[in-house]
Amino acid sequence: MIEAPVPAGLIRDLRTLRLRNVRQLWRFTLLGLALLVVGFALTLSVGQSVTPPMDVIRVLLGEGAPGDTFTVRELRLPRAVMGVVAGMCFGLAGSAFQVLLRNPLASPDIIGISAGASAAAVCAIVFFGASGPTVSAVAILSALGVAVLVYVLAWRDGVASGRLILVGIGVAAMLQSVVAYSLSKAPAWGLQEALRWLSGTLNGASLGQVGPLLAALVIGGGVLLTQSRALAALQMGDDAASAIGVPVAQTRILVVLSAVAVIAVATAVCGPIAFVAFLARPLASRISGAGGPLLLLSALTGAVLVVAADYTGQFLLPARYPVGIVTGALGAPYLLYLIARIHRKGALS
Amino acid sequence: MTRPASVPKGLSDNSADVPPALRRRGHYWPALTGPLLALALIAVMALSLGFGARDVGWSDISGGLQGLNDTLGQAVVQMRIPRTVLAVLAGAALGMSGAVMQGVTRNPLADPGILGVNAGAAMAVVIAVAWFDMQSLNGFLWVASFGAAGAACFVYGVGSLGRGGATPLKLALAGAATSVALGSLSAAIILPRADVAGGIQVWQIGGVGGATFDAIRPMLPFLGAGFVVSLLSARSLNMLALGDEAAAAMGERVQVARVMAALGAVLLCGAATAICGPIGFVGLVVPHACRLMAGVDHRMLLPLSALGGAVLLTLADVAGRLVARPAELEAGVITAFVGAPVFIAIVRRKRIRDL
Repeated sequence: MIEAPVPAGLIRDLRTLRLRNVRQLWRFTLLGLALLVVGFALTLSVGQSVTPPMDVIRVLLGEGAPGDTFTVRELRLPRAVMGVVAGMCFGLAGSAFQVLLRNPLASPDIIGISAGASAAAVCAIVFFGASGPTVSAVAILSALGVAVLVYVLAWRDGVASGRLILVGIGVAAMLQSVVAYSLSKAPAWGLQEALRWLSGTLNGASLGQVGPLLAALVIGGGVLLTQSRALAALQMGDDAASAIGVPVAQTRILVVLSAVAVIAVATAVCGPIAFVAFLARPLASRISGAGGPLLLLSALTGAVLVVAADYTGQFLLPARYPVGIVTGALGAPYLLYLIARIHRKGALS
Repeated sequence: MTRPASVPKGLSDNSADVPPALRRRGHYWPALTGPLLALALIAVMALSLGFGARDVGWSDISGGLQGLNDTLGQAVVQMRIPRTVLAVLAGAALGMSGAVMQGVTRNPLADPGILGVNAGAAMAVVIAVAWFDMQSLNGFLWVASFGAAGAACFVYGVGSLGRGGATPLKLALAGAATSVALGSLSAAIILPRADVAGGIQVWQIGGVGGATFDAIRPMLPFLGAGFVVSLLSARSLNMLALGDEAAAAMGERVQVARVMAALGAVLLCGAATAICGPIGFVGLVVPHACRLMAGVDHRMLLPLSALGGAVLLTLADVAGRLVARPAELEAGVITAFVGAPVFIAIVRRKRIRDL
């Protein structure tokens, strides 16, 4: 028990402060959810043609006009669902990695994990004619392999995150050339299909593909959310975390496994949508002003990002672009801004 | 700020008046490295003429080199001459430009690929093709050089923002970010134009296949200028390696020297990229290897890096032809596989403070 004379007033103040923070966080989570619903509804009802909201609801209930049914059910619904689920996957995994490695730059798309999944998926499809769950499985295995490889290569009396990031960039460069080469060997693929593996797209989404994605999100995301408190403790450093009773090694393994699985499946389905994993948590934390792992909020932010970027790429720009191009053009400036701000000594060690 | 792979090494090595404690263990053979690399270059050029989807014998190679075109083998050799020449030229350009960039930025990880300079050249070419309907190779070369220069300035500028200066980590990250952004923009430009997309997609992998002398000729003035400017700035690079203050104290105009050297590097890698497409890691690996063999004096290092780059790229091209027979693996893929491990090894070797 605490016997030291901690004034009761201080404890009360802290408690109200924490309560206010939690409320604030929930408020922003609800806001994110609302934004997501708006984006989802927008994707369903406004496209090349406008379907009134009531008609959309009717179609979803199974009693709309045939034309509307086709547009909404076949074209827009899979796309919207996939955007939401994939965005959540990217956001979750990105935030898990960033928190675990205590560095916003250590997101899976920068340290080569997405590239690993993407390269494996392309190879499996082009050279072995694989499809569906096989591709996802191969992507997960390869992404795990890359994660282990990067970690081992960055190990020298402990892992400094600066070194880990640089090693990751090197590995990613190698894997990207694998992707480029595989694409050049693919017989009849157009640039559109190629771009899926270079920057990610939601084109050709079908509800059948959403199944494994959703499963990965539920399982991996569930595990990640149970580790949320442990992750928050890990943010203070390994020693502090183990001092307050967090099983550090176990948490780390669980988090890495589930985050890699989540992002690998998402990448196997819609390609490495550029920078969503990297952007989600910094955006969430900047908007809400909160620290902590912010897993849920990051997932929502990722989903909003993907849905909004996809809508932008589809309808708001002069030509139709895959979502990865939009997020890539969006994320790179932020990365540059982040780089310019690295000046504290040891910020990256 | 980082030191380039240890400057005092080369300075203290051959001088007898340095106390033994300050002498480094390494022994360099600059006099031997040159001839060795030259021999290696001749060997790989012969390999490049002889091996591929169809192997040809010595008699056909010598026949083909004399301009005979009688047998099938000689015809094959005739086909392989331009691509060998291109591999040698582009490799030399990339190797030397990497050495110059590492000197200018005093950064062991500098490389046209890592720094996003290739992506800048690629983006410029894409814009020229898609918006201005540019067709002439000469035009490509100019545009690519400008693109490379722009990207180099941008990445170096972003990387040196903030208090720490241009650390390797910041430069590498800035390069990676810039590459992704430029890649996205390039894709956004070519996507709606299906007619130009195919050719650009092939070009973007980077390789020397399908070279012709008509494509090589316009590249020569750029390469010549680049080589001359780079070699002339070798002495200044030695000064810069001592640090800006020391260089200025020894009478070097630091900014002028830096700009001149960077100009040479950009000309070299811009021209190589315009013709071959982005080929990464040659400029990273070769200078490091040469430094191990011949020390850090840029007057030796630059020509040796050019030789080494030529050897490496030609070898990568031959390997690409042999690995995936009867198809081909582009040289850019091979160099990435050779280069990325070296990159990682360099990252591992450096102390954290230097990153």
